[in-house]
Formats: sequence, C-alpha cells, structure tokens
Amino acid sequence: MAGSNTLNITPPRWLLAELSYKCPLQCPYCSNPLDYAKYPQELTTDEWKRVLAEARKMGAVQLGFSGGEPLTRPDLIELVAYARELGYYSNLITSGYGLSEQKIIELKQAGLDHIQVSIQASSQALSDHLAGTESYAHKQQVAQWVKKHGYPMVLCVVIHRQNIHQMADILAMADSLGADYLELANTQYYGWAHINRDALLPTREQFAEAEQIAQAFKEKVAGRMKIYYVVPDYYEDRPKACMNGWGTTFLTIAPDGTALPCHSARELPGLDCPNVKDFSVQQIWHESKAFNFFRGTEWMQEPCRSCDEKHKDFGGCRCQAFLFNGDAASTDPVCSKSAERGKIDAVIASARDAALAAEEKPLVFRNSRNSKLF
Amino acid sequence: MINSEQKLKFSPLHRLQWEEAQQKYVILYPEGMVELNQSSAEILKLCDGNHTLPELVAELEAKFATSGLTTDISNFLTVALQNGWIQYA
Ligand code: SF4
Ligand code: SF4
Repeated sequence: MAGSNTLNITPPRWLLAELSYKCPLQCPYCSNPLDYAKYPQELTTDEWKRVLAEARKMGAVQLGFSGGEPLTRPDLIELVAYARELGYYSNLITSGYGLSEQKIIELKQAGLDHIQVSIQASSQALSDHLAGTESYAHKQQVAQWVKKHGYPMVLCVVIHRQNIHQMADILAMADSLGADYLELANTQYYGWAHINRDALLPTREQFAEAEQIAQAFKEKVAGRMKIYYVVPDYYEDRPKACMNGWGTTFLTIAPDGTALPCHSARELPGLDCPNVKDFSVQQIWHESKAFNFFRGTEWMQEPCRSCDEKHKDFGGCRCQAFLFNGDAASTDPVCSKSAERGKIDAVIASARDAALAAEEKPLVFRNSRNSKLF
Repeated sequence: MINSEQKLKFSPLHRLQWEEAQQKYVILYPEGMVELNQSSAEILKLCDGNHTLPELVAELEAKFATSGLTTDISNFLTVALQNGWIQYA
C-alpha cells in the first residue's frame, strides 16, 4: 500500500455492494465493465459480511445491493439480515427479474428498507427489446408488490434516445404504479453505454423537450412523488461533481472483492485497485494508492488547478477525462473551460447524424458472449 | 401550518437513527440521508403517534426547563411534514 497522506479523510457514507455480475437482462447501457466476463469470481458470504461490518464501523450507513442482478446471489436474504443488524439502511437495486412476492416478503422480514425496480420503457415491446429479455409485465407486477408490502417504491428509468420520446408515458406509468420516488437517469456514457453512444445519445432538442415535460410533471406531483433527475452532462457546460469528490463518500466493492472509488474506476489505468481479500476496508480507504489518487486538489492540471470552481465539481469525472483525453488527471472535457470541449460537441454531432440516418446502428447488448469480445 | 388537534407520527417510509460514527441522529430514506441537530432530533423522537403539537411542546419545554418553544417547533414540524418525514397519525 502507498503511504497515507496528510489530507483530512472523511469516512465512507455509501457502500455499493455489487454482489454479482450475473444478470438475466442485457441492457445496452449497463454501467458494468465491458470485460466483466473476465471477473467471474465472487466473494463468499463471510467475506461480504466482513466488508459490511468494517465499512459500517467506519461510518457507512447507506448500503446498495447491486450488480449485475443481486437476486442471483442465494445468500441475499442472509446478507440483508446482517446489514440490518449492523444498522445499515439497505437498498436493493434490481431489475425485478425472477423476484416473487414471497421473496419480497422475506426480504422485508430480514430488514430490507427499499427496493428500486428498473423499468426500461413505458411500453412492453420497447422495454423487452431494451432488456434483451421478456420482463416488462413481471416488472409491473413487482412494482405493485413492492408497494403492497410497505416499501417506499423507487422506480428507475434510464433515459436515452430509444425511449426519450416516451417521457410523458413513463411519467404516467410511474404515477399509476404509485411510485414514491422516480429516478429519471439520463444515460451516463461509460461501459456498455459508451460503445452504444451513437445509438443512445438523444439530440439537444429531444433533451430539451423531455426535460420540459419532466419539469411540468414534477410540479404536478409535488408532495406525492419525488423525482430525481440525473442530468445529461454532455449538454451542460460544467461537469458533474463526480462521486461527491474522490474517496470522500462512496465505496464500491465489485463482485470479486475489488474496491473501487467509483463504479467505473476499473477502466482507469495505474490505480491498482485493492481487493478486500487482501486488506481491511479501513486500510483500503485510508492508505491505498487508488483511493488517494484523486483525493483533494493536488493532482489537478490546468485549467482546474487555478479555477475557483474546483471545490464545487472537483474537476469533473475522472473516467470521462480518461475516455476522451487518455489522461485521467485532465479536466473533464464537458467543461467549457477545457480545451477538449470540442470532442464532446463532435460526439453530439455524430449521434445526431446517426439519429437522422435512415438506418440505425444495431445496439450491442450486455451479455457474456459480447463481453468476451473485450 | 401544523394542525394542533392531530397526533403526529414518524413516516414509515423513513428511518430515524442514531449514528455512532457521526455522533448525531440522521433520517434515512431511499438514496439519501439528512443529518439532524440535537433539537430537531428531540422533536422528531416525540412524533411517535402519541403527541399533538401542544403536547409535544409541553413535554420539550418541561424537559429543557424553558418556555416559548411553540413557534420554533411548529416551524420545524411544518418543514418535516413537507419533506414527508412525519405524518398525521
Ligand atoms: S443495467 Fe441492465 S444489464 Fe446492467 S446490471 Fe442493471 S439490469 Fe443488468
Ligand atoms: S476548469 Fe475544472 S474546476 Fe473549473 S469548472 Fe471546469 S472542470 Fe470545474
């Protein structure tokens, strides 16, 4: 491990436990790494329990069970019960595929706090197409059970060019399902979404129209449904404050035990992300090279280094800087102060051309066959 | 405004919890957390389905041997109600 540094290190608050990369769905915007098939190993139940206990002791309180599909883990109920015992607020982030009413009841009894169900679109045909699997009807059923058994119901819809025209219907669907929270997540272009970007990135006009519809709806349902709107950063002139600052709040543990400062960090070179099999969470958080790499502001280059907004957005997203500039320490190219902003505009133009072309490029679906190509 | 006739309870869709690491009470809900100061936590703990606003004020004034808390408590509870942290029982 690299030597610890002198920064004032805040403890993790959010632990994302990616239990497994296995998933019955094949969403073409999945944020899992393209080459996930290379990492089939999964932590054992006891290893996960140790991770949960160590992170909780440091101060983590929000816990996401995610993946892939966390329901593929046969020990999910046991882990949920243990998380409850430790005092976590636990979230199950699921496609809902294969989730029965009985399991929803058992998870509740074990102490699960909420279930976030993702739906791909507001119509069966499109939703099933995007998921690469017939799943829409069951998801609707799952959403109703979640509500019936007293969980706060969080519906998540990832927005992109294939479904953005359904915005009004998506909102109506969330309302009729009685969602307490609706997450409208504009696609972030990493992992699978990155290779499918020409087919997924909406045009500026489509964004503007969809956002207007969502805003109007937000006012209509105020007090009844909370809406989280994840902004499409390509259309902004400042980057997102990625992860609320590197190594300040979020800790992701991949299925094989690799600890990541951000769930896409596996794509960044030179981090040597540590594994919980070799180190305690405490050591990883405080001493590892990966978690200290972009802590604070010392690592920044110009224009961030002398920018008065650097404590607001931390120079943007490291993964995006790497994807566009080949240098993870450079300024996020979304920023209008970056000399590389033109690259984002070129991508926007390219997706627009693809949108207007007579024939759309086919989507690359997220599955093991495709993953082995990377 | 808070209806003084009705008893208040904490929302079943949120959780109020003491955090040892932070040495404070927090409200937890899907994908979020609010950190509370001491007095907010004291007020919310009494939103247990057994207290109306005046009852809650009386209890806190007695506990802290003070008076004139009605406006502050009522203002805070109005915000809490808007945020969905509490409900009428
Ligand atoms: S985004 Fe889709 S494919 Fe990826 S883990 Fe979630 S449900 Fe599975
Ligand atoms: S130059 Fe860097 S710190 Fe300044 S606004 Fe742009 S990304 Fe943020």
